[in-house]
Amino acid sequence: MDPESYLYIGVLFFISGVAISLLPLSKVKNYTYILSALGSVGFALLSLYLLFATPVNLFSIPISSVFDFAFGGDAISGLFVLAISILTFAVSIYSIGYTKDLKNKGLMGFLFNIFILSMYAVILSGNIITFLISWETMSIVSYFLVTFDRNEKSAKAGLIYAVMTHIGTAFIVALFLILYKQTGSMSFSDMKGLSSQIPENLKHLIFIFSIIGFGTKAGIMPLHTWLPRAHPAAPSNISSLMSGVMIKTGIYGFIRISMDIMGQGPEWWGIVILIIGAISAVYGVLYALMENDIKRLLAYSSVENIGIILLGIGASMVFKSHGLYNLSAIGLIAALYHIFNHAVFKGLLFLGSGSVMHATHTKNMEKMGGLIKSMPYTGLFFLIGSVSICALPPFNGFVSEWLTYQSLLLGFKSPSITSKIISPLGGAALALTGALAAACFVKAFGISFLGMPRSHHAENVKESSPSMVAGMAFLAVLCLVFGIFPGSVISVISPASFLITGSYGILSEKGFLNISETLSALSPLAILITMIIMFIATGIFILTVGGKRKVAYGDSWDCGIPALNARMQYTATAFIKPIKLIFKRIYLPRRELKVSYIVKPFFVKSIKYSSEITPFFEKYVYEPVIVFIHWIAGRVRLLQSGSLHLYLGYILVTLILLLIFGT
Amino acid sequence: MEYFQFLIIILFSPLINGVIKKLKANMQGRIGPGIFQPYYDLIRLFKKDMVISSVTSWIFKATPYIVFTSTIAASMIVPVITTKASLGMMGDVIALIYVFALGRFFMALAGIDAGTAFGGEGSSREMTVAILVEPMMMLSIFTAAISAGSTNIARIAETHGIFYSPSHILALSAFMVAIIAETGRIPVDNPDTHLELTMIHEGMLLEYSGRYLSLMEWAHYMKQMLLFTLAVDIFFPIGIANNTEISGLAVSSGVYIFKILLMAFLMALIESTRAKMRFFQLPSLLGGAFVLALLSLLTYIMMGK
Repeated sequence: MDPESYLYIGVLFFISGVAISLLPLSKVKNYTYILSALGSVGFALLSLYLLFATPVNLFSIPISSVFDFAFGGDAISGLFVLAISILTFAVSIYSIGYTKDLKNKGLMGFLFNIFILSMYAVILSGNIITFLISWETMSIVSYFLVTFDRNEKSAKAGLIYAVMTHIGTAFIVALFLILYKQTGSMSFSDMKGLSSQIPENLKHLIFIFSIIGFGTKAGIMPLHTWLPRAHPAAPSNISSLMSGVMIKTGIYGFIRISMDIMGQGPEWWGIVILIIGAISAVYGVLYALMENDIKRLLAYSSVENIGIILLGIGASMVFKSHGLYNLSAIGLIAALYHIFNHAVFKGLLFLGSGSVMHATHTKNMEKMGGLIKSMPYTGLFFLIGSVSICALPPFNGFVSEWLTYQSLLLGFKSPSITSKIISPLGGAALALTGALAAACFVKAFGISFLGMPRSHHAENVKESSPSMVAGMAFLAVLCLVFGIFPGSVISVISPASFLITGSYGILSEKGFLNISETLSALSPLAILITMIIMFIATGIFILTVGGKRKVAYGDSWDCGIPALNARMQYTATAFIKPIKLIFKRIYLPRRELKVSYIVKPFFVKSIKYSSEITPFFEKYVYEPVIVFIHWIAGRVRLLQSGSLHLYLGYILVTLILLLIFGT
Repeated sequence: MEYFQFLIIILFSPLINGVIKKLKANMQGRIGPGIFQPYYDLIRLFKKDMVISSVTSWIFKATPYIVFTSTIAASMIVPVITTKASLGMMGDVIALIYVFALGRFFMALAGIDAGTAFGGEGSSREMTVAILVEPMMMLSIFTAAISAGSTNIARIAETHGIFYSPSHILALSAFMVAIIAETGRIPVDNPDTHLELTMIHEGMLLEYSGRYLSLMEWAHYMKQMLLFTLAVDIFFPIGIANNTEISGLAVSSGVYIFKILLMAFLMALIESTRAKMRFFQLPSLLGGAFVLALLSLLTYIMMGK
């Protein structure tokens, strides 16, 4: 079949998913997710074609001489389409069970299908108009999904999301206008050929606009404020898609504009991206660590992972500016690999959190505990997601972080002293991020799934429905597969990196990743096999030395206090307390202790302790801006008195002034 | 031989711990147990019945195996007496640190799993120390890796280049602090105590008994010897064989034994002369070491050596 037919089949499935959701039959509505799963298979096939073909025009309707309503793709779009397809497939399966008890089932199915289609449309847009239409559709539909559960919190989250995303869109429109003015074309492929004639200063402007515009969607610091609010507010299957792939459309836009269309930039572009990446990674995970709301924790961790992706992209841009295309390819492959990985494991973790919330009816980790016994599959899959996101071998996050380290360390091969210093520091930031992420996910998994149930919510919970488990299982298997067969993932990524950097960069043979520049090699598969062999050997050794021994079960050590109970466990707040104290310059923690007495000071009736951290960027960046806008608005209001006569007076004055000065 | 040098780590790591304990005892004017005591302890533990908390899940039972096997996997990456280590192709120094992190991740989970305050406390502190140590350790390794042009440990060991340079000495001092923290020694942690308020590493192991405890302890000894070996490989690799001939290996083994004993002596000396720091004073020690590591990197970039 030709690629267009895959596109049509995919779109057809999604459209019929939309249609079914609108039918007034409750039974039929469950099939909409089966249709979207099939649709994602169609798009996955399309993406495999795009990856290994020359740039292709899929669909176009000519509107005017300068503008076609066109969709097309190349290896870069193919890569993102594949990432979206993989996650969509899993989330669709999961949604069959997840949405069973939902009130507005039809609305959910409707928005779900359009949301996914709009993401595909963003990636496959061939020119700036189709891009903007798709981009806005995606933003608006996702706004409705954020506010799907109607309550005050999600309404506020939705508002902030809508405001931020439109500020981003404004910058994107501005940069598209500059591009169009300078190249005289709306099509991305034409722009790429003509971009060299853009004056240097305007190039810098476009670059900065693309950071702000696309960075808002991607959730880079400090433009991330909407993210930790909007992702937890949405239903979990949607947060999974938003965090797993929607924020990647921002990265796609950035790569498309700043790396593909603009070609080779100066070195400071890469340095800026490296610094933004390092800040996003470290700050993102620092805030994730402090969260007890499991979905907010995951949302902040997305900010961190976007930071890691930007570290790879930044390194790639630095090398590209010096003409070191081979090294540039390594950085880009690291970033693209991490995009895939993050889609898989963050998608998995959000689905897992949805499954937990479905069972316990709470997002607060302090009220969970001991879930691994009542929800063994969800527990196992959440653990796999956690291990992957902490970049531990042999799971997938490890490979992409290892590649990112390699590309950052190769910074010493760059001729400029700035990147020689900045790149290894980026590596140190990545190491700090890794350690913080490990602490964060020990907390997330340990407090919610291990120990004793911390509340009655967590007792007597049941495992989620088979379709939800199946959706998670699919992603968990991919976490391992992407981790131990990095060669095959890289062969999928290489064409895209070749398109941008003109080099393939990394060799992979016989299960080993080889980076020829540093003679470094890695084989997660070998590590896994070693561990399995050693596990068997250890078992045999123990049996020969120790023989078979009895195992007795008893209570945990409780210092002699009779009956250890769940309230004596370490809590999530206690777990992160040392870290909060050590980084108190960043967190600026505030705590409040309210003690009420029966007889002061001997008999205490109750003690209320509360503690919170200061969200730095919100307090010191956004709040002043908001106060300033309010102030301006207050001044402007003096003009707006509500009296019609006065307004007519303004018009008169304006007319007179125009008559005087207009000529 | 090059395939099996990891057996050196597995077999002799309890001995090194015994030697450190003996040296420490002598420095403190005690006789102390014999240097083979750790072996007797391990074997005795293997032969014991186990008591497991009924609160725990499968994570608790899987952790000793994951920690033990991942440490062995790590020891295959590190060249011990020859740099011609075919298994070293499995990964590099970054992979090594992440394999350790895998063990630590599960150990911290197991600490929480029994549902006690001590386990959680141990996990929380271990992860906190890791946050302070890991960037510092990475930076000091980066200096060596950048000067050798590779992150592969065997390649670093073969490039003897910068032994006497200032950046090298700074990186080494940071790395020594990292080893102390990672092996849970004074002044960061106290390996000999089960007093609740002072412990980090032992806190997580409190619920373990019998063969699980034995595996955990052995893995800990192995990690200690591995970190010594890594320090030797990266910072004074002089004498390590870069072929697999018997004569070369014999010389290299002798040099290796000397270097490891020196490291053991250093550790015993530090432990005997320092007092354990309060937990919240650790950031100043580890932060200081971080600055050293940073300086070493900057020095290398500025001076080129």
